[in-house]
Amino acid sequence: MSLATLDLPARPIGLRGRLSDLLVRRGGLLTLLLLLPPLLWLGLVYLGSLFVFLGQSIFSIDEFSGTIVREPTFATLIELFRPANYDIVLRTVAIATAVTVLCAIIAFPIAYYAARHAGPRAKAAFYLAVMMPLWSSYLVKVYGWKLLLAKEGAIGWFAGRLGLTGALEAWLALPVVGGPSLSVSYTGMVLTFTYLWLPFMILPVQAALERVPGSLIEAAGDLGASPAKVFRTVILPLALPGVVAGAIFTFSLTLGDYIVPQIIGTSALVLGQAVYTLQGTAGNIPLAAAFSLVPILVMAAFLAIARRTGAFDAM
Amino acid sequence: MHASPPPSATAVRFAGVARHFGRVRAVDGVDLSIAPGEFFAMLGPSGSGKTTCLRLIAGFEQPDAGHIEIFGETVEGLPPYRRAVNTVFQDYALFPHLSVGDNVAYGLKVRGVGRAEREKLAREALAMVKLAGMETRRPAQLSGGQRQRVALARALVVRPKVLLLDEPLGALDLKLREEMQAELKSLQRALGLTFVFVTHDQSEALSMADRVAVFNEGRIAQVGAPEEVYERPATAFVAHFVGSANVLSREQAAALGGRAVASSLRPERIAIGDFGAPIGEGIAPVEARVIDISYQGAVRRVSALSDFGMSVTVSVPADAGGRLSPGDVVRLLIPRAALQPMEGEG
Repeated sequence: MSLATLDLPARPIGLRGRLSDLLVRRGGLLTLLLLLPPLLWLGLVYLGSLFVFLGQSIFSIDEFSGTIVREPTFATLIELFRPANYDIVLRTVAIATAVTVLCAIIAFPIAYYAARHAGPRAKAAFYLAVMMPLWSSYLVKVYGWKLLLAKEGAIGWFAGRLGLTGALEAWLALPVVGGPSLSVSYTGMVLTFTYLWLPFMILPVQAALERVPGSLIEAAGDLGASPAKVFRTVILPLALPGVVAGAIFTFSLTLGDYIVPQIIGTSALVLGQAVYTLQGTAGNIPLAAAFSLVPILVMAAFLAIARRTGAFDAM
Repeated sequence: MHASPPPSATAVRFAGVARHFGRVRAVDGVDLSIAPGEFFAMLGPSGSGKTTCLRLIAGFEQPDAGHIEIFGETVEGLPPYRRAVNTVFQDYALFPHLSVGDNVAYGLKVRGVGRAEREKLAREALAMVKLAGMETRRPAQLSGGQRQRVALARALVVRPKVLLLDEPLGALDLKLREEMQAELKSLQRALGLTFVFVTHDQSEALSMADRVAVFNEGRIAQVGAPEEVYERPATAFVAHFVGSANVLSREQAAALGGRAVASSLRPERIAIGDFGAPIGEGIAPVEARVIDISYQGAVRRVSALSDFGMSVTVSVPADAGGRLSPGDVVRLLIPRAALQPMEGEG
């Protein structure tokens, strides 16, 4: 018994074959070819234009002619610290913080259920439910919320039905968070933002919880920790990187948004609106650029703090 | 004045315990009693129910039927954190966000032991497993063997009444595994604790345990001292799973002059003799043709087919088997006393 040997004719190596051989021999060349187009896009088109724009912040505007004075000065950046401008920064950071905290509180139980208890079918339904709002238009959702939050809107109606009109009015009577109606209050704005960005918090938290091995949770219980202690000492610390990742999304998306505050909320400006009006109708490109620096610096500080808490170690 | 209750005669007792997952009968009517201070092995292939039994003791699973006692206390419905047993997990389950010291002190911390006290106890526990001075390391910085020791220290520091070990040595390489076997054994003797450990490695079970329970399909096939289980396997499954064995039908056993019941026969009990030599008392000579020989270091395994159609494996010293080649006709010498009758057919 013998195995028949198959005689394959030697194939001529064409141009494509030679190219494959070259790329296999030189792995670095392949990496370069793969990365060059995206790096050009990211580096030149995206970062380049961003820096050119931010660079405008060292110029100033001539108060009388409204033209840009192309002489380096700190005057524009210092203008940010004028109370009116400084308020915009503080207000925006406060709103973004509130949205992030609310998103984290709402997202955690949902993510926990999906990661640790849901079966395959429930999990598919979960993904669908979380992703579906992302498929519809952002503007439609914001206007939808305007209707929900309006004085005669669904939320007010429900509150009336449940006999909670008094509670709603008491809330609206509060300083800062209140207002004539939910749709023109910070409460309404925070609720809308929370709705919009919730999927960006749920998904990373769910991913982080899914990476926590079940044996760790069992081990904590085995060593005598009650479920509440297991949650506090094991699950929460290990899910923290996911919460931080989600917070990066919810926080930065809120910091930069200028559409929701136009439709829902008070007449006071937030950062995005300030940039929008300054570069548009006001034509004050240098101050718009200076304002644009703020979210970048705030995010840098946020990431630095997140890093200090060790949230990235377990990633 | 109360008379103190007599020390319970059993550390762990199972009575008719069953645990089903859907239609799978993971544990299907297990009776078991483990004595205090015993090193008890649960041996079986994967899916035989041994790990589920361990998890039933730990409290990670609740029985669907039957009764479980730990030192006389009924534990059904009791969650893991209310049981005086601790587990060394197969993957060690060390907390990655805590230092080695904090991992070991975890059980003390959740019980409200003060910082100074728990740090002292954790240091002692780490010293006991030969990891003194490693307190500030992270689990990720340790080798597999060291993680195993941390897991052991973490479970022992809370002074469990029973220590459960789930395939504790499975992830270690051979050399380390042998070292840890000896260490676990001496640790168990020194502490006088009840150890229950799950393994699929029969040599590990035989070398470490005082008693071995062999699991098969959710039931215990045999419980006994290692010698007993090896020398007198109760079923064909045990004979095959613990060591290797020839399982003979009742006709084959009768042909060898033994009782007419299905029997097991260990390969090392069979010798290969010379044709001319006289045959000793109680020895059945069998003529057989060599089919295959495989070299295994210390021994050679010879498979042979006897003249009456019985195929057997013989284990002979490597040098003795060197002269043989497939096709040779040899005389096998089978001591009748080596035939072990079993329940059930092979």
